[in-house]
Amino acid sequence: MTIRTIAAGDITAAVRDLCITVNHRMGDDMLAALRRARATEESETGRHVLERLLENAEVARSQWYPICQDTGQAVVFLDLGQDLHVAGGDLEAAIQEGVRQGYREGYLRPSVVEQPLRRINTGDNTPAIVYTRVVPGDRVALGFLAKGAGCDNMSRLAMLTPSDGREGAVRFVVQAVSDAGPNPSPPLIVGVGMGGTFEQAALLSKRALLRAVGTPSADPELAALERELLDKINALGIGPAGFGGRVTALAVHVESRATHIASLPVAVNLDCHSHRAGSVVL
Amino acid sequence: MTSRPALQVTVPFDTRRAESLRAGDAVLLSGTIYTARDAAHERLAGLITRRLPLPVDLRDQVVYYCGPTPPRPGRPIGSAGPTTASRMDAYTPLILDATGLRAMIGKGKRSAEVRAAMMRQRAVYFGAVEGTAALLGACVRDAAVVAFPDLGPEAIHRLVVERFPVVVVNDVHGGDVYEEGRARYRRAPA
Repeated sequence: MTIRTIAAGDITAAVRDLCITVNHRMGDDMLAALRRARATEESETGRHVLERLLENAEVARSQWYPICQDTGQAVVFLDLGQDLHVAGGDLEAAIQEGVRQGYREGYLRPSVVEQPLRRINTGDNTPAIVYTRVVPGDRVALGFLAKGAGCDNMSRLAMLTPSDGREGAVRFVVQAVSDAGPNPSPPLIVGVGMGGTFEQAALLSKRALLRAVGTPSADPELAALERELLDKINALGIGPAGFGGRVTALAVHVESRATHIASLPVAVNLDCHSHRAGSVVL
Repeated sequence: MTSRPALQVTVPFDTRRAESLRAGDAVLLSGTIYTARDAAHERLAGLITRRLPLPVDLRDQVVYYCGPTPPRPGRPIGSAGPTTASRMDAYTPLILDATGLRAMIGKGKRSAEVRAAMMRQRAVYFGAVEGTAALLGACVRDAAVVAFPDLGPEAIHRLVVERFPVVVVNDVHGGDVYEEGRARYRRAPA
């Protein structure tokens, strides 16, 4: 077996490019979801909002304006192959440098304060949040979310218990979206993390946002749950930008893991109508 | 609200103009507005509480809850959509009562206290669509930092805007487009 070597600088360059690309080029999955929504929305105002969102995506792409002024906190999902050696620098530092370069060179907004109570802007959007997994193989996979705070702020977690069951989980997710109302900038991508422990449920709900928009879970039972949640959320009437309408969410993605015999953790992480996600494999 | 042509409104504007606006009206704003978000609100409220002068006279002005992206060379500003207004709710009644601020632009719901203060002071809350930040940035003709430059994107910027699209969310008569719109399309109790 051979160990592949990758330069830390290559990881920096890849992260830099991801920061700039996802903030200016809306994904084809998201564009398709917005077009489907425009075709089905009954509210004239709602259709008008969706039309403007698509127009915005085009102006962002062609004229180099960020899709949204909240260019997000950079959340990096790093899958590191165990047969890989990173040479020429510290891996974590390489990622942070990529975010620093991406946000500065891409004219993206520095949106991070160094401490939640003192609140002094770090000026370059670092530190990014990095979640690392070691996986088989000799590749580096980078998943990237430019995570807006308006929607992240409306996210929720509940430590439900077994008797709450499926019905309790559905009620909690729908209630979270209902209470959020217009604040998280609908139509939303709703990430749901179910199972594990307190912190794993939260992380699953964030990771669920990386899935291509509208791709159902591979598990038929979870796919059915996703459809039910989407129907119930879209019955709330919140609509595009919260002005009233049928399309409050574009997709619900549920991720699930084994959990304790006493637990049913459910986390809901919301992403706005400017959902920005990307990935690259090196 | 889109079946009617948008109203053209010059900013700043007075009480009478504010009273003429109704929840649901689509409006195109042209003139001068000021950005202020979380950190600037904390400072403005602190100055008011200590009875110190404000860096900007807000009487009849429009405050925009926005922290824009840095401009590319040759542009006045980058993308400039609204942020969530409810984070400003803790400061808004104080600012409305102390300054005569006439309107705010943001996204999302306001508290009952803010809506009451708006009716009392004859102020309007406009909603803009955050996901149209690039289009909104392109409506900005000129931008300058006028207070709190150390706050970076949270500094108070004076913006000259042209045909800047907003919707009246809360009018001075108690109308609320979020509640009315949602009630029209709701299918199940929640």
